[in-house]
Amino acid sequence: MNADQAKLQKYLNASTRQLIWWRFQKHALAMIGLVAISGLYFSAIFCEILAPYSKDYRHLEAIYGPPTRVHIFDDKGTIRRPFVYGRTLECDVEDQSMCYLEQRDLIYPIRLFVRGDSYWFWGLFETDLHLFGVDKPGGVFIFGTDRMGRDLFSRCLYGSRISLSVGMVGVFMSLVLGLVLGGISGYTGGWPDGLIQRIIEVIRCFPSIPLWMGLSAAMPPHWPALKVYFAITIMLSLIGWTDLARMVRGKLFALREEEFVLAARFAGAGHARIIFRHLLPAFTSHIIVTVTLAIPGMILGETALSFLGIGLRPPITSLGVLLKEAQNVTTIALYPWLLIPVCFVIAIVLSFNFVGDGLRDAVDPYAR
Amino acid sequence: MLAYIIRRILTMIPTLVAISIISFAIIQLPPGDFLSNYTAQLEASGESVDQSELAALRHRFGLDEPIYIQYLKWAWNFIHGDFGHSFEWNKPVRDLIGERLALTVTISVCTLLFTWVFSLPIGIYSAVRQYSWLDYVLTVVGFIGLATPNFLFALVLLWFSYAYLGMSIGGLFSPEFVEAPWSLAKLLDLFTHLWIPVLIVGTAHTAKFIRIIRGNLLDELRKPYVTTARAKGLGETRLILKYPVRVAINPLVSTIGWTLPELVSGIAITAVVLNLPTTGPLLLSALLSQDMHLAGTFIMFLSALTVVGTLISDILLAWVDPRIRFGAREGI
Repeated sequence: MNADQAKLQKYLNASTRQLIWWRFQKHALAMIGLVAISGLYFSAIFCEILAPYSKDYRHLEAIYGPPTRVHIFDDKGTIRRPFVYGRTLECDVEDQSMCYLEQRDLIYPIRLFVRGDSYWFWGLFETDLHLFGVDKPGGVFIFGTDRMGRDLFSRCLYGSRISLSVGMVGVFMSLVLGLVLGGISGYTGGWPDGLIQRIIEVIRCFPSIPLWMGLSAAMPPHWPALKVYFAITIMLSLIGWTDLARMVRGKLFALREEEFVLAARFAGAGHARIIFRHLLPAFTSHIIVTVTLAIPGMILGETALSFLGIGLRPPITSLGVLLKEAQNVTTIALYPWLLIPVCFVIAIVLSFNFVGDGLRDAVDPYAR
Repeated sequence: MLAYIIRRILTMIPTLVAISIISFAIIQLPPGDFLSNYTAQLEASGESVDQSELAALRHRFGLDEPIYIQYLKWAWNFIHGDFGHSFEWNKPVRDLIGERLALTVTISVCTLLFTWVFSLPIGIYSAVRQYSWLDYVLTVVGFIGLATPNFLFALVLLWFSYAYLGMSIGGLFSPEFVEAPWSLAKLLDLFTHLWIPVLIVGTAHTAKFIRIIRGNLLDELRKPYVTTARAKGLGETRLILKYPVRVAINPLVSTIGWTLPELVSGIAITAVVLNLPTTGPLLLSALLSQDMHLAGTFIMFLSALTVVGTLISDILLAWVDPRIRFGAREGI
């Protein structure tokens, strides 16, 4: 058997899942997106270790500090391991502005696995290990600090953890809603279908952000942060489920007339068995695609609401909460690094879109 | 055609009723009603509240009646142009919303036109010259445009113009026109400011439309009738513009329905960032101060706007596409 035949044999014997994976791999942007998402989730899961500081620690000596420069060459031009200079705050009396000056004689090398602020890792055990950092009193703020002197890089990591989890939890809830309502709609047809379709049409008429604004403004201000978090995700999924329900309904409509469903029914299978054993597996991949493409919308919705100040609130830190600091033109003009969380939002949304696009092309491996 | 339009208008009514119920629910959602907030405010500022006067007010606004009666009264007044009273501004809601809604509609329509004008030629080019370097560039730019939420785009643009161009791009009017009555000069001034929100809100949709047109046109270009036309010796430009493009732009018309809600959403939040005198900032402040009649009216109008937009798009689609005009709604 020559190589070509072996290849063909491998192709013919491959499972659907394998075929989808092979096709997905050919989509370069989707692979980049997948790597980026994995990286983002990894950093979100282990953000306590990856962040050099805790998200709420105030470096009072570095309020609105610009990003620290990491140097490799010192003044004499010799190469050293990456280090930062110490900084002092200088006040300009004439125009009453503040600026930070590097002190060339104070050198703090960046060390790996340093001891720093202590934290409860996943709420399990207390530790003070951080992936990188510098000895006190030096500070390494690679994204700068905010108005309270909190390290923006650490806050971005913690913030993307919340934002990514909002997407996940929200999409899970809309998945449940979409499957149940879309399933009823598509499988039974008749008046339940008509009713659910009308509901979907009405929900889709609403401009989502004004509606979200209306709903979240109705939350009592005294609610604890966690309750607000869940209320927001429920609100996001209340609008997000419609796409999924429409897709499920369309697929069920097409599939329920197929011969294999008829055969199952004649063989005495109940409705539940037909739906879960025969119908659902036929379009699981389409569900995954729709869900992947729905996540960025959820994350953006949360970011928008928190940005406006009616979504998540401190002490919960999401990317939107971080961006709320950068609402004002003069603030941004003076401290442009406060816009860095925007890059995180764009990276997250872009990667999910790439992966979703690649998956959509890949789920039909028999298409061409 | 007329029968089709009438049928569409009739099916619109239940949707509008459902929207009004949801808007009313949003008005009712916050704990307490505006009178209890009002009294709390008065008490906080040290003024005494007369209980009998309060009861009279309660009766006047119908707050002592069951909820469905309240809804019916609200809806009845709404139809007759009485949208309630804004407590924050101490003015009828009607006086507050008119100009802001008009500006929102203006920006929406301009944005829609903007997206069409740009996405159509770019989409056609991308499809006809598939995998050319310009197609790749446009695809990447499109993806970034799609992924950047417009309020963040507004924020970055605001910073960029402030820091590097030294000007502020917020607002819709030059300072001397903000309070001025409407005139030709004010209108012209509006158009010099309008392009910024239009650009910000329109970018994402332009990117989306380019993807749609490109995908559709690629499907159409592979169809046998294109080969036939080419074999008959039809010029390439005429061939593409006359047949496949006409089919491929259908979604542009049919998606107005869901594009409008997204545009209105985008404008609402962009307006907050850019401080535009449209509905967004006022809606936000109304919600924050629980001025619910104002907020509910806004939400009702913005949603009704999209319903009407959908109606127009359906009529346009029926006009463009004979298959729909003759009742074959499925199969497109």
